[in-house]
Amino acid sequence: MTPLAVATDEHLAQISNYLVYSSMAVYMLAFFAHIAEWIFGSRSKVGRTAAALTASKAAGAAGTAGAPAVQVRGKGGTAVLDRPKVVTRSAAGSRDVPDGPGAAGGTEQGDLYGRIAISLTALAFIIEAAGVVARAMSVQRAPWGNMYEFSLTFSTVAVGAYLALLALKKNVRWLGLILVTTVLLDLGIAVTWLYTDSDQLVPALHSYWLWIHVSTAIFCGAVFYIGAAGAVLYLFRDSYEARLAEGRTPGRFAASVMERLPSAASLDKFSYRINAAVFPLWTFTIVAGAIWAGDAWGRYWGWDPKEVWSFVTWVAYACYLHARATAGWKGRKAAYLALFAFACWIWNYYGVNILLNGKHSYAGI
Amino acid sequence: MSTTDNAPSGATRSETPAEAEAEAGTEADARAEASAEAAAGAQLSTAPLEDAPADPVGIGVFGWVRWFWRQLTSMRVALILLFLLSLGSIPGSLIPQTQVDALKVAAWKKEHASWVGIAEKLQLFDVYSSVWFSAIYLLLFISLIGCILPRSWQFVGQLRDRPPGAPKRLDRMPAYATWRTEKPAGEVLAHARTLLGGRRFRTEPSGDSVASEKGYLREAGNLAFHIALIVMLIAFAWGQLFKSEGGKLVLRGKGFSNTLTQYDDFKKGGFFEPDDLPPFSFTLDKFDATFEESGPQKGTPRDFKAYVTLREGSDGKPQKREIEVNTPMQVEGSKVYLLGHGYAPVISVTSPDGKVIFKDAVPMLPQDANLTSSGAVKVTDGYKNKDGKAEQLGFNAWFVPTYAGEGKGTMFSQFPELKFPVLALNAYHGSLGVDSGLPQNVYQLNTSKMEKFTDENGELFKRKLLPGETMTLPDGAGTVKFEGIERWATFSVTHQPGSGLALAGAIAAIGGLAASLFIQRRRIWVRAVTGEDGVTVVEMAGLGRSESAKLPEELSALAAELHQQAPTAPVPDRPAKETVEVEGERG
Ligand code: HEM
Repeated sequence: MTPLAVATDEHLAQISNYLVYSSMAVYMLAFFAHIAEWIFGSRSKVGRTAAALTASKAAGAAGTAGAPAVQVRGKGGTAVLDRPKVVTRSAAGSRDVPDGPGAAGGTEQGDLYGRIAISLTALAFIIEAAGVVARAMSVQRAPWGNMYEFSLTFSTVAVGAYLALLALKKNVRWLGLILVTTVLLDLGIAVTWLYTDSDQLVPALHSYWLWIHVSTAIFCGAVFYIGAAGAVLYLFRDSYEARLAEGRTPGRFAASVMERLPSAASLDKFSYRINAAVFPLWTFTIVAGAIWAGDAWGRYWGWDPKEVWSFVTWVAYACYLHARATAGWKGRKAAYLALFAFACWIWNYYGVNILLNGKHSYAGI
Repeated sequence: MSTTDNAPSGATRSETPAEAEAEAGTEADARAEASAEAAAGAQLSTAPLEDAPADPVGIGVFGWVRWFWRQLTSMRVALILLFLLSLGSIPGSLIPQTQVDALKVAAWKKEHASWVGIAEKLQLFDVYSSVWFSAIYLLLFISLIGCILPRSWQFVGQLRDRPPGAPKRLDRMPAYATWRTEKPAGEVLAHARTLLGGRRFRTEPSGDSVASEKGYLREAGNLAFHIALIVMLIAFAWGQLFKSEGGKLVLRGKGFSNTLTQYDDFKKGGFFEPDDLPPFSFTLDKFDATFEESGPQKGTPRDFKAYVTLREGSDGKPQKREIEVNTPMQVEGSKVYLLGHGYAPVISVTSPDGKVIFKDAVPMLPQDANLTSSGAVKVTDGYKNKDGKAEQLGFNAWFVPTYAGEGKGTMFSQFPELKFPVLALNAYHGSLGVDSGLPQNVYQLNTSKMEKFTDENGELFKRKLLPGETMTLPDGAGTVKFEGIERWATFSVTHQPGSGLALAGAIAAIGGLAASLFIQRRRIWVRAVTGEDGVTVVEMAGLGRSESAKLPEELSALAAELHQQAPTAPVPDRPAKETVEVEGERG
């Protein structure tokens, strides 16, 4: 045991801690920038939703009688077309409401703060990711040996997924404030209650399955989180729209916030797509876990609490996907199921690790 | 079953436009249009409609059976059963399960005495084999089979059918594009067909339009996924019924042969017969454990390896094999896992008359990562004390492979390897209680019928020994020698048929699921009609299983390609015909 080797490792662990704290500071700045974005955005007063709801009623009445408005996109007013324009219609029964303008509400200042917030989030993400890498180097293994390390990776992946969606030009800026807030919460819990010194792993974890099974599990959780955030906002926005459609007026604050979110239909679709896209990966995670358990413990499935809750989560998401395919269950009921499923995931993470102990309890705090 | 009865309803209704056209009037037109649209989307999936019949049809037993069957195989009931399955799994994670840890169950019962009665009635200690849990999943799987069979038939039918013809009003479809061209309609449709065919759409021309459909793999994937679930359930059931699992501690140099009597503990499924145990035997030649020597990871196991000599069958040729923690040894359908390892100090006991009455390697159970171990030495036979009376001897034993050093006090090992091995013993004599017939823990001494050997201060006689050292029991009661150290490893031998099938099912399920969730099933129609002025109006429309941003994008790309073959006609002097307004949006 050379003192030098120890020094380097502790040094790296220390660097990792500094990086994590720095990323928290930058996330904090991003949080304030998002708040500023929402505040400046509240100056815009566009009642687009209400307008659309009344307009679509009128159009619906007129639409059956009159000729459909079909647009052909022209090039500079000449008749030479670049490509014919595709007109889309939403399915019967859904409200035809445009998406809100986003947190900035179309104001220039709001948008500026929003961009600052995103840049800060990206910076914090890089710092946090570096913190995870430094941690991995200090322990010379996959940085997924205990809850502190899971939590770090979890928020890093969630932010990474959000930034990737942004880079793909998806309409996800509305997620920014919620995401940054929960990331701060997650990191706060991680550094105050879950912190564990760089530590060793039990031999059963010495397997390439650690890389496969645990990384996909963390990834699924982080992305399911984004899906759940979409489902929660969908529920709020949906009742807002329902209220408007009934002709009632929501409170000023609710109106100001809700008006800037995407339409309920968009949020619902977003949440569904996210959840549906990771569901096969979650299935794979469980199967990979079973194979690993088979190799390490001599049984594939033993109804260990962690296994039970992974199964419950899986069945709950399967239930959600079924609900989406069943007309009577679309919408709010399906969203409740998605939230139930995510609650199971969270419980499997915090509850099972801390309160119930089974074979997986090496995932110590 | 509701699937077959209800799903083609779109198709049945699609015949109504003929009737509707006979009646004049806008309302009938609207109805006809609506049903034409329904027909356009009909059979885009094989999902059963969830409006299960509300009342039993007809009377009598048959009517009820039919009603029950329809209910059971409806999507709604599948949903409810799935939800129940997830709720039903929960208690088993909160209350200890006999199957998982019988000791914890006993502890729980002690702690919650007043709940035991009701918990036992509800089979809460065996949730996953309880009547109610089995009922949920069996109903679910009956429902699944009742759902899958008709859906599979329907799907085969859909594969044989052609895509349904274009609805009357394409502009009512979720994605729509139109333009006017000078190309004749026939030519446009021919281009459209090659274009769609080139993109692997199944096309079907009819009159003034081309119908096309793509993404059948979605349905195939969905069916494959559900069938794979059934395959997995069968594989699990099979495995449960025929499985066996036994544990055995083997000392270095000693052997094991696969018969029931050799196991330390054994669990089996309902249909397992002891004759099912495949005959094989092995001896443990060597056990290697390497540990991290330095750094913050010091003491972490790096590698465990058991070197064994295996004989397959009752007298097979000896073969050298290695077993590691994550790589079991496979023999004749069984797997031999390396579960744990530890030390077994070799101890000899000499009676007061100078005879060696005991010499054995005594396995000790590891208590921590550095292999601080504890156990018990039990001398059952052959000992006579100095008065010539037959007695039994018992020693509580602690063993550390790496002792911290004298004065450092505690018997906690500093490192898992043998760097400074020390054995600590305290000694008792009397009756070990092993003759009472009750099973005893071999690692613990039951001192209720034993007396302490005492030292000069009247305290319990304790000694720490280095290998090779001998301790003399008080009052000439004999000597105990720490001869040396052996190693042991524990193995678990499991035979679980059906796991290969379960794995195949799992892979098929993931593949099917991915196909089902990522592939869109969609239809695209192209209509081209040449008017009296010689200008052709081209219309394109798309309809998918669910609203997706992909469909308009795809339609747009297709329209752009078709548009190259059939470019837009110059704007006529007169205002455009009703359906087309040309807007210079970007201009
Ligand atoms: C063992 C229990 C079951 C599980 C875990 C399960 C799981 C799933 C999952 C994850 C999906 C989503 C894939 C997709 O959207 O294409 C799905 C779809 C579907 N399931 Fe199941 N399922 C089960 C039982 C059933 C039963 C009993 C039925 C019939 C009553 C059924 C009918 C369907 C149908 C029709 C779809 C396709 C929905 C669509 O086309 O979007 N499933 N199932």
